[in-house]
Amino acid sequence: MTTLLRRTGFYVTGGALAVLFLLPLLWTLSSSVSGRQASDGAEGWGFANYQRLADYGSGLDTYLINTAVVSLVAVSVTVVTTTLGGYAMARLAFPGRNLLFLVTLAILMVPYSTILVPLYILLGWLGLQNSLVGLGLVLAVLQLPFGLFMMRNSFEALPVELEEAALIDGCTVGGALRRVLLRGVLPGIVTVALFSFLAAWNEFVAPLIFLTDGEKFTLPVALFNLQSGSLGSVDFGALQAGVVVSALPCVAVFLVLQRYYVRGFTSGALKG
Amino acid sequence: MVSLSPPKLSAPAPSPPSPRGRRSIARHRRRLGLLYVTPMAVLVAVLFVIPLGLMLWMSVNHWPLIGASAPNGVQNYQALRDPLFLRAVWFTLKYTAVTTVVLGLVAFGLAMLMQRDRPRVGAFRTIFFLPSAVGLASTSLLFYGLFTTDASALNGLVEFLGLGRVDWLGSHDNALGSTVGMITWRFAGFYMLILMTGLHSIDPVLYEAARIDGANRWQILWRVTLPLLRPTLALTMVLSLTGSLLAFDQFFILTGGRHDTATVVIGIYREAFLSQDLGRAAAVSVAILVVLIVVNVAQMRLIRREGR
Repeated sequence: MTTLLRRTGFYVTGGALAVLFLLPLLWTLSSSVSGRQASDGAEGWGFANYQRLADYGSGLDTYLINTAVVSLVAVSVTVVTTTLGGYAMARLAFPGRNLLFLVTLAILMVPYSTILVPLYILLGWLGLQNSLVGLGLVLAVLQLPFGLFMMRNSFEALPVELEEAALIDGCTVGGALRRVLLRGVLPGIVTVALFSFLAAWNEFVAPLIFLTDGEKFTLPVALFNLQSGSLGSVDFGALQAGVVVSALPCVAVFLVLQRYYVRGFTSGALKG
Repeated sequence: MVSLSPPKLSAPAPSPPSPRGRRSIARHRRRLGLLYVTPMAVLVAVLFVIPLGLMLWMSVNHWPLIGASAPNGVQNYQALRDPLFLRAVWFTLKYTAVTTVVLGLVAFGLAMLMQRDRPRVGAFRTIFFLPSAVGLASTSLLFYGLFTTDASALNGLVEFLGLGRVDWLGSHDNALGSTVGMITWRFAGFYMLILMTGLHSIDPVLYEAARIDGANRWQILWRVTLPLLRPTLALTMVLSLTGSLLAFDQFFILTGGRHDTATVVIGIYREAFLSQDLGRAAAVSVAILVVLIVVNVAQMRLIRREGR
């Protein structure tokens, strides 16, 4: 009897909380396809909000492409550098290994919003100010501690015999890495890619500072302008349509790759 | 699950046949190691180490956004005495304290509720975690709509409950409370997940023993669960503290710093890009950096000591 009561209690409480957590998401979905709110009183359902969003500023497609470029640069740079670096840290002896490991982990200790101002100047010197590639590189650096930790652990978890066998069969070290080991650390690579994608796609303050040209804005910055830049009334319908467009890829990627996300937590790499 | 010990670096090289071959292979592997870490080392040096040094240098220079810079000693550090900055510090601390407590309690409650495997519990966990997949800026824009449009689900609910109209962002306290609520929604599932990994690592035998000794649920919570969860609790606290002390997106978007809700990082942003004084912004950054490193090191020590 008590177990039944307790079980009912669990599902009632859990259900109520679940509704509470889903409500904002459902609301933004529904208001993105409903009539323009509280202004012209248009009723009914439709994609008019998305149409206005598509035409906003330099066009939704521009912002989507910009955000995708930044994410692509961040993810690929993070994955390539931490895979190579993680392998070297796990398997190869070289001078300065401990120092590099500690300096990379120190990135976690230094809150990056405090180095944005010098980075802004530095990117200017490098000719990377107002550049999507420069922004992607900065966002990749922020992911290095997690990525390096993750990839080093992944390589360490592989049996040494696997590599030895490949070497005995005549592979070079690089060949063994490419042909044999990469398959073994693939889950780690997916985890690193997932984390860096979510971070890069959603980044707000760095693009806000580094990108000055409206044509180069990423989606979060463009949406912020949609919210704050318009004099007079805010187009709430288009704004919620924008929230949906920007959240959808993340939610989809997360749902598909959920178990890799949880891996990131249990690996202990979350915070060095 | 939280590994904070210094890196165990092992380099098992396959054993080659002859001494001469071994030496050349070792040299080859050393060169290869250097080659493989070069891209990462260059990134770290150029986009992390140099900016750190540049920040220190800028903090002792008059450095306008446009135009030439010149050394000016510690003059920039007077920004730390600016009343506006001090108010931002005060507000940030207040926000950090409230967020850490509220978020911690909610996440802990969720973790306790969701830790046992039951049918459908996975779906619940996914739902609670779902907001964490939405970016913080998008979340803020979403809630800006929820808070400020009359017909939103939130205002509809409040109206339905007969509470009248609430101006969610209209005053200092309202804006603070609303933001903390939003942040709790956004991060509770994330912290729940971390706390659950901690709860899972507690040996069930200990609960069994406590029950046999006649402890009730409350005693088990205080005497068994919480002490053993301390390393994980400390980790969530570090994350929450650092995250809140550096809060930017949520207030920049929800209030724009109105009603005295400017955080320290908003202060840096204003100093750099509105007052166009990068030197003062750098000085403030240096100060925050020092404070956060002290906080982090203290917390890490705590975790490490208790993790043993």
